[in-house]
Amino acid sequence: MSTVAVEVTPTLPEVHYLNADYGWRSWLFTTDHKRIAWLYLFAITGFFAVGGLMATLMRLNLVEPQGALMEPASYNKLFTAHGLIMIFFFLAPSIPTVLGNFLIPIMIGARDVAFPKLNLLSWYIFMLAGSVFMLAVIRGGVDTGWTLYTPLSTTYANGHVLSAAVGIFISGFSSILTGLNFMVTIHKMRAPGMTWFRLPLFIWSLYATSVIFVLAMPVIAITLALIALERVFHVGIFDPALGGDPILFQHLFWFFGHPEVYILILPSMGVISELVAAGCRKRVFGYSFVAFSSVAIAAISFMVWGLHMFLTGQSVYAGFVFSALSFAVAIPSAIKVFNWTATMHKASVSYDAPMLYAIGFIGLFTIGGLTGLFLASLGTDVHLHDTYFVVAHFHYVMVGGAIMGYLGGLHLWWPKMTGKLYPEAWARFACLLVFAGFNLTFGPQFILGYLGMPRRYAVYPPEFQVLNVMSSAGASILAVGYFIPLVYFTWSAFKGPVAGPNPWGAKGLEWTIPSPPPTNNFDVTPIVTQEAYAYGHEEAHVG
Amino acid sequence: MSEHVLPKRLYFVIFVSLVVLTAITTGVAFIDLGPFNTVVALVIAVFKATLVVLFFMHLKYQTGMTRVVIVAALLWLAVLIGITMSDVFTRHWTEKGSSWQRSSIISPYRQTASAAPRLPRRA
Repeated sequence: MSTVAVEVTPTLPEVHYLNADYGWRSWLFTTDHKRIAWLYLFAITGFFAVGGLMATLMRLNLVEPQGALMEPASYNKLFTAHGLIMIFFFLAPSIPTVLGNFLIPIMIGARDVAFPKLNLLSWYIFMLAGSVFMLAVIRGGVDTGWTLYTPLSTTYANGHVLSAAVGIFISGFSSILTGLNFMVTIHKMRAPGMTWFRLPLFIWSLYATSVIFVLAMPVIAITLALIALERVFHVGIFDPALGGDPILFQHLFWFFGHPEVYILILPSMGVISELVAAGCRKRVFGYSFVAFSSVAIAAISFMVWGLHMFLTGQSVYAGFVFSALSFAVAIPSAIKVFNWTATMHKASVSYDAPMLYAIGFIGLFTIGGLTGLFLASLGTDVHLHDTYFVVAHFHYVMVGGAIMGYLGGLHLWWPKMTGKLYPEAWARFACLLVFAGFNLTFGPQFILGYLGMPRRYAVYPPEFQVLNVMSSAGASILAVGYFIPLVYFTWSAFKGPVAGPNPWGAKGLEWTIPSPPPTNNFDVTPIVTQEAYAYGHEEAHVG
Repeated sequence: MSEHVLPKRLYFVIFVSLVVLTAITTGVAFIDLGPFNTVVALVIAVFKATLVVLFFMHLKYQTGMTRVVIVAALLWLAVLIGITMSDVFTRHWTEKGSSWQRSSIISPYRQTASAAPRLPRRA
């Protein structure tokens, strides 16, 4: 990547999307997909900071067996808010709305998304949802856990369940509109010659994600509305005393909830495909397998939800079916991991920061994915259900997977978004810090869970203290690892050296236009004649 | 999408049919049909939804991708209901129900606080 000799000192283009217009109106009323990406970036970074602060407080509390900081009731509210904020207001929008918004039109050779105003509306809906939810948290919070299980959420919880639910309900519509926008854009706005099998794999995975957005989000909206119906009007949906079924809630919730997990990881997988191709300067091994594995994951993700319910009153026969289907969803995930590894085989791999994140992702996601199979097995799940093993497993997927992919993508495309370079050495150092801190945080939690420490408890038996302290120490390293990029990205945006159109020597339409791109992306609509990742061909269109 | 212009009369006919069907649903609710109460209500509801989708949403005059989307949505709904039913219909195949279904067995967690198991404490 960095070996490409730059003979002429690159200069910033005179007019680009960042300086085309000034003033807050030009940002808050923009319909430019690239500026909307920035609006999202600021918003979700804020939510990430709040969610991260809550995680830090939780880990601090768990330094001592009796709880170092707070009452158990506060702890309950803290982990609930942490989960809901991170999932609905950071992870789900992270890659799609920031990198997806910025890159989808550019990667397919379009000037904007199909519905630019709808795109801006999605951001406003997102901000409204976030405000409503944060208001609920500030006014006293919710203590149901992010899963909002009945009858706790409908009958017993005293917190602001309804207002929090309204926030999540609204945020779903933001995601639905984004998904719809992306699907139509990918179908209708591709440049001449950009066939489906010339699309970058990032586009395939975001297409699959969009399908899940459109199909899964209405289900959580309906489910939350049913909670409201029962909580306010005492309509018997989930309460057996009123003729309802509490397990029905879990069916509906996880029918949304499991695909939601793939909303978080699929975009990250798309980013990793791009990072691996750019870092190895090679076509991704088995392009069509990787592309179709995204679609397969999206489809199968809707049929595995019962794996969360093996021990909550679901029929064991349904458990057999769900267990088998859950094993099936591991196949397309494994295809991706093996194909990325095969791409790296005999490649001249560069170890720049984006590639380091990709390598970290592959390792951590493999651990996260394989431990998921423990939980999808009917037998082992009896022992591991609702323990820290589960917490460690899904953090390996969501933090070790999704956030590593998000950060890696930010590092790869930051020069395109800002036209500036960041200090590479600091970036590599931060990546290693994140990797080490992450493993120290969540590695011990696998052991804690296996030894029987249940999740969601503010206190624990003293023999678990050593592992908990290790985990908390790791969390502090992780926090530093996340803070460093914030500093050097901010520095780079103002004072970083000029990047030039293609600092990595990577392939793809986004690298053929100036950095930062002009407002209309392409002065002339590009005509695509090559497959994606045409490395080793003539450097025909590198500007 | 809006290429096909339909006569207003058709919209009124569909609207009146929907109102009549709603009236029938309400009327039937006053007659006890035993297990068929829900069945009848659902059949009428599905029929009404079909009318809305075919005429108000113009599906009858659409081809290709729009139909694929509708079929996909129905299939997806079938997955939700179908697999959920695989739980509901097989829950009672096991002789012993889940713990919350057996009222005769007293769970240790329902005992009085003093008899409940305790976490080990630091010496």
